[in-house]
Amino acid sequence: MGLEAQLKSDGFITSTIDAVIAWSRKNSVWPMPMGISCCAIEMMAVADPKYDIARFGSEVMRFTPRQCDLMIVAGTVTYKMSHVVRKIYDQMPDPKWVIAMGACTSTGGIYRTYSVVQGIDQFLPVDIYLAGCPPRPDNLLHALIQIQKKIGKTKARDFQNKPLPELPVIQNN
Amino acid sequence: MELQELIIQKLQKNFPDSFISSNVYMGDLSVKVDKKEIVKICTLLKEDSELLFILCEDVTAIDWSKRNNRFTVVYHIFSFKHNFRLRIKADVDESDCAIDTVSSVWKTANWEEREVYDMFGISFNNHPDLRRMYMPEDFEHYPLRKDFPLMGIPGSLSLPKK
Amino acid sequence: MEILKEKDVNTKILQALMDAESDVSVDDALENEMILNMGPQHPATHGVLRLLLRLDGETIVACVPELGYLHRGYEKLAENMTYYEFIPHTDRLDYLAPMSNNVAWVLAVEKLAGIEAPKRAQYIRMMVAELSRIASHLVAMGALSMDVGALTVFLWTLREREKILDIWDVLCGARFTNSYTRIGGVANDIQPEALAMIKDFIGQFEGSIDECERLVNSNKIFIERLDGIGVATKEQAIDFGFTGPNLRACGVEFDLRRATPYMFYNEMDFNIPVYTEGDSLARYFVRADEMRESSKIIKQILDKIPHGEILLNQPKKVLPKKTDVYSKMEELINDFMIVNFGINPPKGDIYSAIENPKGELGFYLVSEGEGIPWRCKIRSPSFVNLQSLPHLVKGHMISDVVAIIGSLDPIMGEADK
Ligand code: SF4
Repeated sequence: MGLEAQLKSDGFITSTIDAVIAWSRKNSVWPMPMGISCCAIEMMAVADPKYDIARFGSEVMRFTPRQCDLMIVAGTVTYKMSHVVRKIYDQMPDPKWVIAMGACTSTGGIYRTYSVVQGIDQFLPVDIYLAGCPPRPDNLLHALIQIQKKIGKTKARDFQNKPLPELPVIQNN
Repeated sequence: MELQELIIQKLQKNFPDSFISSNVYMGDLSVKVDKKEIVKICTLLKEDSELLFILCEDVTAIDWSKRNNRFTVVYHIFSFKHNFRLRIKADVDESDCAIDTVSSVWKTANWEEREVYDMFGISFNNHPDLRRMYMPEDFEHYPLRKDFPLMGIPGSLSLPKK
Repeated sequence: MEILKEKDVNTKILQALMDAESDVSVDDALENEMILNMGPQHPATHGVLRLLLRLDGETIVACVPELGYLHRGYEKLAENMTYYEFIPHTDRLDYLAPMSNNVAWVLAVEKLAGIEAPKRAQYIRMMVAELSRIASHLVAMGALSMDVGALTVFLWTLREREKILDIWDVLCGARFTNSYTRIGGVANDIQPEALAMIKDFIGQFEGSIDECERLVNSNKIFIERLDGIGVATKEQAIDFGFTGPNLRACGVEFDLRRATPYMFYNEMDFNIPVYTEGDSLARYFVRADEMRESSKIIKQILDKIPHGEILLNQPKKVLPKKTDVYSKMEELINDFMIVNFGINPPKGDIYSAIENPKGELGFYLVSEGEGIPWRCKIRSPSFVNLQSLPHLVKGHMISDVVAIIGSLDPIMGEADK
């Protein structure tokens, strides 16, 4: 399958480094499950035997931001929580992507109240807005596939010479 | 004797000044008392061997907006002995927006009272740890007061820099 | 410490932590105190709970929980919408058992309005409430096992839970934000397919729960990590306001389904599992036993469920059926009035509570005779149960905190409201 098929012939393939990097990058997206509320339960369901996110190479859910390249923000982000979300996003190494899972995360959803941020794009760059309250697990898988498509189109040098984010040295809250 | 009468009688006998009224609505008994003796009343209800309201289910408040006594603090307590729930109400005015804490009677009341403080700004005298429960400490308003808009006050809560 | 002073916010929490009285003393060569922050983004805090721990070596001297990272303003929302409109919001309170919350809310509103749903509707409600109890306890069981290192249990219990979600999918078209109940009844009658699915599920459920339990119940690591960890005595449990499985694990036989029967629980034959140890292991066992009792109740409901109406005929209080709205003038007017102005229950206040999977979920409603509630207070079990955490973790190791939180089974959506 895939690469091994090539080995039968001459044992080498020609490609660009960009293509290889993008190909490997897109098939091993490690999500950072930023599970905050109800949507997190559906995110859990994605990892269970029925939907099995492992088919897409993303079963490695890491709870430390340092090892992730996709943040799935699942749940209602309140003002109090927004600082935490942002901090975790800042700690993730580049390149990184964000899925805003659910109506709440994308727009505030049914919570038009004083404490809920009306859309996380007010403080985060978002790649995919995922509709639904909660989105069904298949829908989240669809979003993952879209992210993979997006990653597949990147070139490695897109991420070169990017200015490092300014991180405050002392972080107390 | 009926339990409801017993409770009312006991309160009337022990706290003639503080007992204000009682009523039954949809099967729920609620008694209205003066806030001055609230701790003593709660202690009696908890420790009287005929009543034993040992479980405090809930402490909350109501904002009546325009009325004279603006707030009412509401306690729900439960007696395992009788499988009976009692509601106690005590009025608190805005000018003297404080009531004694009952967290010494039931530990549960500790956080419940912090929540009331956070949401209504009613402070509880002698509370061991009166901080905001939900909102950030630097938030200045009290969200569940009727004059606080649903969508909040712009700029009162900070967002991280983009 | 100087830097900390700059930000007043943090100092207040820290101050609370330093002030927290503690009787724990450790004879340790590592004689230095340390402050550890846990959460709000932590895989084992079940959501966005944040703990500040004061440690001596690895022993916890004091702990201060910090809530509010998921405070969504439910009570304010409820004051701004009609009773009908709030039904979907109750789904998201305890999002592991949404059906149960729906039932709690409509029972409260029905009590306030002085109406009662038909018998069949009540039976269906009981059935979905018990199913959601199973669903919730399955996650609790799996998550607790995962927290102490047994990942397989989690996958297996989730597999069982998926079956319940499939039933709900057929029953009301949503996997887990159901909003299935209505004031005065339920949204739609239970379909024959759904009934068959429930029968299938209950038929195989005991076997699969045994299977899951066999994985861990005699596992030495699992037992040792929970046994004797986070003990609350009977008196303490009541003082902390524990309800639900947590209370029953401390030796108090208290279940609202028995104590103040609502719906038709007094016609059901079931046991209340009680353990006396009060530790994390007991809490785990109570949940496991409760699932079996729930499945017993569902079996009885399946036998007894009566035929008849599923919605009360009360034009001023209950939304008419959609088919009637589209074909009859009267119903159209009623529908319009209820949707626009609400059901206007009489002036008064009530408190209504049911036994949710997590404990006692109560609603305190104050009506001023208008379409929207004047005040709605949600008495959430997780919030109250969490309060005991500082006490339970005192003197234990860091790794035990995870087990204790898992065994308390808090849901932050409900604790933070
Ligand atoms: S979108 Fe819906 S399910 Fe998701 S977090 Fe928001 S309320 Fe919960």
